[in-house]
Amino acid sequence: MNILSLFVLVPILMLVAYAFCPNIKQVRAIGVIGSSIELILSVVLLFLFFAERNAGNTAEMLFTFDAVWYQAANINIHFSLGVDGISILMLMLTSVIMFTGVFVSWDMNPLPRDFFMWLTLLAIGVYGFFITTDMFTMFFFYEIALIPMYLLIGVWGNGKKEYAAMKVALMLMGASAFIFTGLLGIYFSTTVNGQHTFNLLELAKADIPVAVQLWAFPCIFVGFGTLSALFPFHTWSPDGYGCAPTAVSMFHAGVLKNLGAYGCFRIAMQLLPEGANQVGWIFIILSAIGVVYGAFCAVSQKDLKYINAYSSVSHCCLILFAILMWNKTAMTGAVMQMVSHGVMTALFFALIGMIYGRTHTRNLTELGGLMKIMPFLGVGYIIAGLASLGLPGLSGFVAEMMIFVGSFAHADLFTRIFTVLCVTSIVITAVYILRAVGKVLYGPVINDHHLELTDAKFTERIAIVVLIVGVAGIGLYPGWISEMINASLTFVH
Amino acid sequence: MLTFNYSIWILVLPAVMFLVLGLGGKYMKPVVSGVLGTITMAITTVLAYLTAYQYFFSVGKAADGTYKAIEAFNFEWLRFTDTLHIDLGMYIDAISSMMLIVITTVSLMVHIYSLGYMKGEKGFQRYYAFLSLFSFSMLGLVVATNIFQMYIFWELVGVSSFLLIGFYYTKPSAVAASKKAFIVTRFADFFFLIGILLLSYFTKTFDFGTLTAVGAPCFSSFAGASFLGISAISWTMFLIFMGGVGKSALLPFHVWLPDAMEGPTPVSALIHAATMVVAGVFLIARLFPIYLFQTPEVLHLIGYIGAITAIFAAVVACTQTDIKRVLAFSTISQIAYMITALSVSGYDGHDGLGYMASMFHLFTHAFFKALLFLGAGAIIHAVHSNEMDDMGGLWKKMPIANWTFLIACLAIAGIFPFSGFFSKDEILAAALHHDIVLFSILFIAAGLTAFYMFRLYFRIFHYENKQYHHAPHDAGPSMSIPLIFLAVVTVVAGWLIPFDTLITADGKAFESHIDPLVAGLSIGIALVGIVGAYVFYFKKNEKPDQVATSLGWFYRATHNKFYFDEIWMFATRSIIFKCVSKPMAWIDVNVIDGFMNGLAYVSHQASEAIKGFQSGRIQQYALIYLVGALVLIVTFCGWLVAFITK
Repeated sequence: MNILSLFVLVPILMLVAYAFCPNIKQVRAIGVIGSSIELILSVVLLFLFFAERNAGNTAEMLFTFDAVWYQAANINIHFSLGVDGISILMLMLTSVIMFTGVFVSWDMNPLPRDFFMWLTLLAIGVYGFFITTDMFTMFFFYEIALIPMYLLIGVWGNGKKEYAAMKVALMLMGASAFIFTGLLGIYFSTTVNGQHTFNLLELAKADIPVAVQLWAFPCIFVGFGTLSALFPFHTWSPDGYGCAPTAVSMFHAGVLKNLGAYGCFRIAMQLLPEGANQVGWIFIILSAIGVVYGAFCAVSQKDLKYINAYSSVSHCCLILFAILMWNKTAMTGAVMQMVSHGVMTALFFALIGMIYGRTHTRNLTELGGLMKIMPFLGVGYIIAGLASLGLPGLSGFVAEMMIFVGSFAHADLFTRIFTVLCVTSIVITAVYILRAVGKVLYGPVINDHHLELTDAKFTERIAIVVLIVGVAGIGLYPGWISEMINASLTFVH
Repeated sequence: MLTFNYSIWILVLPAVMFLVLGLGGKYMKPVVSGVLGTITMAITTVLAYLTAYQYFFSVGKAADGTYKAIEAFNFEWLRFTDTLHIDLGMYIDAISSMMLIVITTVSLMVHIYSLGYMKGEKGFQRYYAFLSLFSFSMLGLVVATNIFQMYIFWELVGVSSFLLIGFYYTKPSAVAASKKAFIVTRFADFFFLIGILLLSYFTKTFDFGTLTAVGAPCFSSFAGASFLGISAISWTMFLIFMGGVGKSALLPFHVWLPDAMEGPTPVSALIHAATMVVAGVFLIARLFPIYLFQTPEVLHLIGYIGAITAIFAAVVACTQTDIKRVLAFSTISQIAYMITALSVSGYDGHDGLGYMASMFHLFTHAFFKALLFLGAGAIIHAVHSNEMDDMGGLWKKMPIANWTFLIACLAIAGIFPFSGFFSKDEILAAALHHDIVLFSILFIAAGLTAFYMFRLYFRIFHYENKQYHHAPHDAGPSMSIPLIFLAVVTVVAGWLIPFDTLITADGKAFESHIDPLVAGLSIGIALVGIVGAYVFYFKKNEKPDQVATSLGWFYRATHNKFYFDEIWMFATRSIIFKCVSKPMAWIDVNVIDGFMNGLAYVSHQASEAIKGFQSGRIQQYALIYLVGALVLIVTFCGWLVAFITK
């Protein structure tokens, strides 16, 4: 059996197990065991991958598997699997966030079992997306991930959750219409060996007509870009994150946004180079604006979750910007930023969820001096903040520097200007991060009731420590990860 | 180089100590963590001295008598492209060896001093953890083998400074100051980073060895590149210098340093007087050959920025009443001296006097300024106030503080034979030979320096006999020993160490001598300043107030630090926050999001009119969406089929 299909199979088994275990303890046990298996699987996969590469296997995708799913006159859909270094990193990231997501949802109420089931379904969609090499199957899994999102926010969220759930669902579905249009455009305009195909690897070698590229590129980039919060299609993200339950915010910001970026480079950039060449400049402008715009919006927010939602917009636009730069250094940086942003944002949302769970407010003006009351959470928040503002030694720095150095390789004035615009974000990020830290953690205690609150529990500590280790690990020893990404970028010149 | 293998421990030990104290501190008794941190720093100091000794007196000198840089070790940390990669390593040359000595010595003194000063403070372990983090970062900065390593540690010292300024994190003013320090320096680092990116784009290297080689070929790629009529290399080097402007608190980025005095006083001594704030000077010194040979016009500009800062800060220092703020402005002024000294330097032999003088002044200043701060700490510890008005007549009550402070004041004022005299004299001599305007500015600043330092001294130790609640007295040995040690260094450093044979721009020894004209002038103006301070402040009298009144608006402007804080506040709060950030957030909610909501509303109304669904909103939206999407897709598919089949 192909190891990759296990990534989807294990969550399916988890779903079955959940169905038979109504007890909260059993539900937690299934969650921990299942997500641990996924975590171990992804690490095993990493080592298998290195073993294969060391053995001299230079194929672009490893562990490939191909089965015809649906074939008719004009339709040719495969369930084809395969991973390279980048997808393995995405799988690892997903596993880490799923693992920590279980721990932060330990005391989920109400309907914990249903919550975990939907979360697992969401995970199936994400895992499936990252292991396939068939565009249609990819799209299929993407849609699977979208539906649970709606319910998870609508049922278990807080604040104006129905509105937010509807907004997220509609905007992302609208985006997927764009994606699907683009996919069909590519599919029907190209034949490989006398047959249409959705296979990425085959399409990458085929010649997609320039006329199609010109409209398919914006379609797909807008579609996947919306998922990555491309300005001005980002507005689902602040409300969505603000209202979603903690684990869903973590999953959404940490993984689903990467799904968008992954789609952008795997499909839009890799398959449609001519489209990127001719209309990419629009998206360079939009993403660069998004970097600064998101950061500035974050500066004047009052809700902790909104600060980090806008911060996430800013960081994700930087990913898209780097993807559009399309050279090895910037692309490596983009993937590193995907991983870094995923772990860091998950850490942020986990911490905010824990603070909110205790104080029942996320409003900056109602919080203060928490460092003294909950030092563990406080230190965690500061580490996440420092990672976000790009402190060397934490993950954000290496990713951003990669992106900046890569972007500077383009010497034309146009790119220079927008690169410099992106670089300004390092200052604005510092402003909103320190503003939140100074207000929430430092200073005198504002509400005397907060003095009775407790620091993180054991299960919460597990989640925080795992994520901090991730952030610091990438930041201190980025070499292996960048080498791995770089080696996978055979399609970038 | 085998011989320097042990030097890696200079970096490893403080880093390990940071982790040990940071993670395990709360399980330790405070005193254990303090002693542990101090012992580690002592070992680091010994290793640093060993490294410097070995470099200067055994292996550093090449056969032709020049000091050559040695890469003790260097490994690749992160690869960007085939040519660009961040390495981490140790670059041992004359200035980094000197900096190793400065940093470890002052840091050790601060470690010892803090055992007494911070005793009983909440978060004692955290304090020592941060001190270790800072020492590690600062040491890493000076031994950087390439500009990106420097930038990494540059950011790390920034964050250590942020954490230490905000050590008393329940105090709003400390929190505000820490934020300000970080953000202002970050703003400067933005320019620094762009500069690094430009430099590396053109030269294809980060490596200091390659960049600073005389006649380095890597600069040829800059040829012809320009932006807004100024050559690319000038932009690059100016932007890099901007990083130094931020860290070294030169105009107009100096605003964070006086506020940074909110941190514990030993921290001010270590970070905001002796080490971190001279990083900008060190940066220019490190890249000196590039500035001198490639962009002399930028170097010239740097000199003027430095000189203006020097006199500006000296004027402001005359009117401040918080003793730490006086010292802070004095630091700004003295660092500006060092920067200016670099701009009036050549490369070979005696022509490179300015470079040597700058490094010399950096060295002596580190010790006497640390001494001043630690002395101020002892005074604040004794009288529980930072304000001059709460002090006076302490000379009898605190003899050790009195004498050590006096020595430091004499040194900074430039009185023979204290260390500051020698280094300042060299700077003035270099300035006189290169640029008479710069010389005049520095010369006046020297007089002001003597004036405000002795104003400070007299106000604290003489002036009037105050009544104190608790009789102030000298602190215990852990605080007095560092004071005495630093006082001894301050007395001897000027004439004991042959800087002109050790630390020069081109690595070759030359003969510098005291220019009797410059020496006479500088001692003369220092004495004028001291006498002026004596007249005004030795005994309490009305003269200072009268002069202040007669100066009118000028006095008020000076007292308010020429309103730089207000200007910055206006720019950030009223322009950036109110006119950029707030409107953007408003647009996001009302325009962009409003558009999306409007879209949803319109389609909802349309569906209402067309289909008249009665069920819940969810299905409605989903159906509208689905129908819309299907129509879209079918249309496109039809079009596509037509497109393909034609």
